Amino acid sequence: MLKRLQASNWYSALQMGLLGGIIAILVSLVGMVEEFSLRDIVFNVIDMGQTILLMILVLIGNFTYRRSQSARSLNKWLEAALAGAVVGLMLWLLVLLIPALNMRAVFLNASPRLIQILTFGNEGVIALVLMLVVGGIGSLAGAVIQTLPSRYSNAIFQGIIWVALIGLLQELLQVILTTLGAHGATNWLFGDKGLSVVGAVVIFGVVLALTLYRSGNRTTLQARIKALPPASQWAIRWISFAVAIPLVWILPTILTTYPTDVANSVGLYILMGLGLNIVVGFAGLLDLGYVAFFAIGAYVMGVLTTTATGPNAGQIVWGPQFTFWEALPISVFAAVMAGVFLGIPVLNIRGDYLAIVTLGFGEIIRIMAGSDFLKPYIGGSQGIVEVGVGQIGPMFFNSPRTLFYLIFLCILLAFFISTRLRDSRIGRAWKALREDEDVAQAMGIHLVSTKLMAFATGAAMAGLSGAIFASKIGSIYPHSFKLLVSINVLALIIVGGMGSIPGVFVGGLLVFGLPELLREFSEYRLLVYGALLVVMMLTKPEGFMPEATRQQELHDAMSEGGAAPPESAPKLAKSPAKSGS
Amino acid sequence: MNNSILKIQKVTKVFGGLVAVNKLDLELAEHGIHSVIGPNGAGKTTLFNCITGFYKPESGDIIFGDHLLVGMLPNRITYLGISRTYQNIRLFSNLTAIENILVGQHPRLRAGMVDAIFKTPRMIKEEKEALEEARRLLNFVNLKGKGDLLSKNLPYGDQRRLEIARALASKPKILLLDEPTAGMNPSETQAMVHFIRRLRDELGITILLIEHQMRVVMSISEFITVLDFGEKIAEGTAAEIQNNPKVIEAYLGRGAASGLSQKQAAAAA
Repeated sequence: MLKRLQASNWYSALQMGLLGGIIAILVSLVGMVEEFSLRDIVFNVIDMGQTILLMILVLIGNFTYRRSQSARSLNKWLEAALAGAVVGLMLWLLVLLIPALNMRAVFLNASPRLIQILTFGNEGVIALVLMLVVGGIGSLAGAVIQTLPSRYSNAIFQGIIWVALIGLLQELLQVILTTLGAHGATNWLFGDKGLSVVGAVVIFGVVLALTLYRSGNRTTLQARIKALPPASQWAIRWISFAVAIPLVWILPTILTTYPTDVANSVGLYILMGLGLNIVVGFAGLLDLGYVAFFAIGAYVMGVLTTTATGPNAGQIVWGPQFTFWEALPISVFAAVMAGVFLGIPVLNIRGDYLAIVTLGFGEIIRIMAGSDFLKPYIGGSQGIVEVGVGQIGPMFFNSPRTLFYLIFLCILLAFFISTRLRDSRIGRAWKALREDEDVAQAMGIHLVSTKLMAFATGAAMAGLSGAIFASKIGSIYPHSFKLLVSINVLALIIVGGMGSIPGVFVGGLLVFGLPELLREFSEYRLLVYGALLVVMMLTKPEGFMPEATRQQELHDAMSEGGAAPPESAPKLAKSPAKSGS
Repeated sequence: MNNSILKIQKVTKVFGGLVAVNKLDLELAEHGIHSVIGPNGAGKTTLFNCITGFYKPESGDIIFGDHLLVGMLPNRITYLGISRTYQNIRLFSNLTAIENILVGQHPRLRAGMVDAIFKTPRMIKEEKEALEEARRLLNFVNLKGKGDLLSKNLPYGDQRRLEIARALASKPKILLLDEPTAGMNPSETQAMVHFIRRLRDELGITILLIEHQMRVVMSISEFITVLDFGEKIAEGTAAEIQNNPKVIEAYLGRGAASGLSQKQAAAAA
C-alpha cells in the first residue's frame, strides 16, 4: 500500500506540501509573519506577512508542477493545488495546537494575533476550509505561472515585484513625491499604509505593459543608440550627462536626510563591492578577509587626521593631523600596499586554501586593531575619535548631503576603472585566471603580477571606502571591522552576479538598501540573508544581473561599417579542413 | 636531420619512485612535423609538460634557440614561442570563442593598467588589431560567425579547433598538439590531418604531435619518436618505425613481435 502510494505522483506533491508547511510554520513561529504584517503592501488588502506566506505557496506550487511526472497537465495542476492545501492544513494544525499545547510559553511569537492572521479572523470549520482553499489557490497560481510562455510569466513576475517594492517603500516614496510637489499623485497612488488598490492596479498594469513591450521589441535601447551615427551618439551621451548632473545634485534634497544617510552607507558597501568584484568576480580569488583593506583605509585616515592626540586617555600618542585630502591618497596607498603584501605570500595558494588564509588575514588585522600592544598608536578597543572631515571651500563633507556627493563621485570613479579594466587585456587575463589557472599561465599570463594587480585594485577601492567611512562616522572602533563585513560584501556580489559590474549595484541595493529602509527586517536580517542566498544558489546561481557576454565578433564588425572580412577568408573557406566542422 | 629548433638532452622526470621520462634525447627539425607515439603511460604528456615548463625535469637540458627552458615559468616559455593544446580540451569555458583567442594573444600585447584605464591611443590601436587578428584566426579554423558563443557551448570538433586557434594566437614557433584527433570520427580526423599540414605549410610552424591513431601518425609525420616506459625505444621515418620489432613488441607484446617477423619472413619466402 505504502509502496503504491510512494510510486504515485500524489506522493511527491504531499512531500512538497509538507516541506512548504514546515517552512510556513517556521516563518510564523519566529515571528516574521506577525512582525511583517504591520506593513501593508496594498492598504487593507494584503500586508507583507501574508505576502511571505503567499510566496511560499506560489513557490511550492511552482516546484510541484515542475517536478511532477504526470502526463496530463490537469493532474499537474491538481497536484500543485494539493501541495498548497497541505500547507494550509499544516498551518491550521498549528493554529489548533498553539492554544492546546500552550506553545506560547516556548514560542513567544505564537500569539493570538498570529492565529488571527493565519485564519483570516475566522474559527472552526470555516477557518479550515478557508485556509485549504487559499493554500490551494496560491499554489495553483504558482503552477499556472509555469504554464504561461516565459514572456508573460516574466512580465507578471516583474509587475508583482514592483508593486511589492513600491508598496513597501511607501513612506519614503510619499515623502519624495511630496517634496517634488506631486500631492495629487500621492493621494490616489498610496493609502494610509502601502499602496491604494487603484495604485497597485495601475503600477502592475504599467510594469506589465512595459515589460511585454520590451520583450516584444528585440532591439534594446542600447543597440539602437549604437546604430546611430557617432555624432548623434556623442550628443546623446552629453545630453544624458547634462540631465544626470543636476539630478544627482538635487537627489539628497529629494531623498531627505535619513534615506540619504542610508544611501551613503549603501554607497560605501557598493564601493567595496566594486573592489571585491575585481578580486572574486573577475580574477576568481576568493578573498574572505576583504574587510582588512577597509579597516586599513579607515585606520590610516584616522591616525593621520585625528586631532585627539596627546598623552591622555582616549588619545593616541602620535598623529600628524593631516587634512582629509592629504590623508585620503595615503589611506588608499596603504591599502594597496597591504594588498600587495598579503598577495605575495598567498599567490601560490588556490581556491579554498586561499579563502582560509585571507580569512585569517582579516581576523589578524581586526585583532591587531583592538590589541593593547598597539593601543598607544591606534587606540585599541577605545578606537580613534575626532577623525578629520574633508573640506572644499565652504563645503564640509560631514553631512549626509555633502558626503553623498563625495561617495557618488568615488563610486563613479571605481565604476569607470572597473569597466575599463574589464574590457582590457588585464581584464581578460583575470577572467582566464578564474577559468583555469594552469592554462592561463600557459597562455603567457604572468600569474604573480596579474593576481597582485587584482588584489591591489580591489584593496584600493576598499581602502577608499574605509577612509571615507572613518571620516563619515568621525570615530573608528575595531568592532566595525568584523568578519561579517567581508561576508556581507561577498553576499552582495553573489546576489548581484559574480563578475557583473551592474550586479554590484543591484546587490548593494537589495542586500543593504532594502533592509535599512524596512525596520521590520532588522531582527530577521540574517535569516532573510541566509534564505535569500540558499534560494538564489538553487534557482538563479548566476545572480540577479549576471555578467553579459560581449558581442565582439559580429557587433564590432557592424559598427565598423560592415568591415570587410580579412583577405585570407575566401581562400581558406575552400580548404578541405572545412569538412571537419 | 637539418637544422634543429628544439633540443632535448638526457631529460629525466621522476614522480616518487616512477621514472616517467628517462634520459630522453629528442631533436625537433625546424618546420617539421614530428610525432611522439607510445602506449598509455609511456611519458608522452609528461614530456610535453617538461617542455612547456609545467614540470621541472630532475636532470637534463631543454634548449630552444639560445634559451635553456628547464626551470623557466610556463608563461615565459609561451612568450618565447612554444604553445600547446591539451589532451582533454581546456578552453576558458565561460569566455566567448573570440575572448579565448584574445587571451591567447596576451604575450604579444603590451597594454598595461594605465593604458587600460585611460584608453590611450596605443591601447585602442592594439585592441583593434588584436580583434582583427582574432577574427582572422577564427576564419582560419573555420569558426567564422561563432566567435561570440561561449566556448563551452561549441560542439566538440569546434572546441578542438578553437583550442588550436588560441594556441596560434601567441604566434608560436613550435606548436605542441596533444592528441588533436581524440574522439573524432574518420572524416573529422581526415580534416584535422589536412589542417595540421596547413599549419606547417602556410604558417611555417614546427609541430610536435602526440597521437594514438596510427593512420594519422603514419600519414602526417616526417619523423617519429617512440616512447615506452619513459624511454626512447625507436625513432625514424614512418616506414622505419613500422618495421621496427621493438615498436611492435611495445604495442603488441613480446610474442607478437617474433610471430609477426616469422610471418613476414614466411611471406617473404
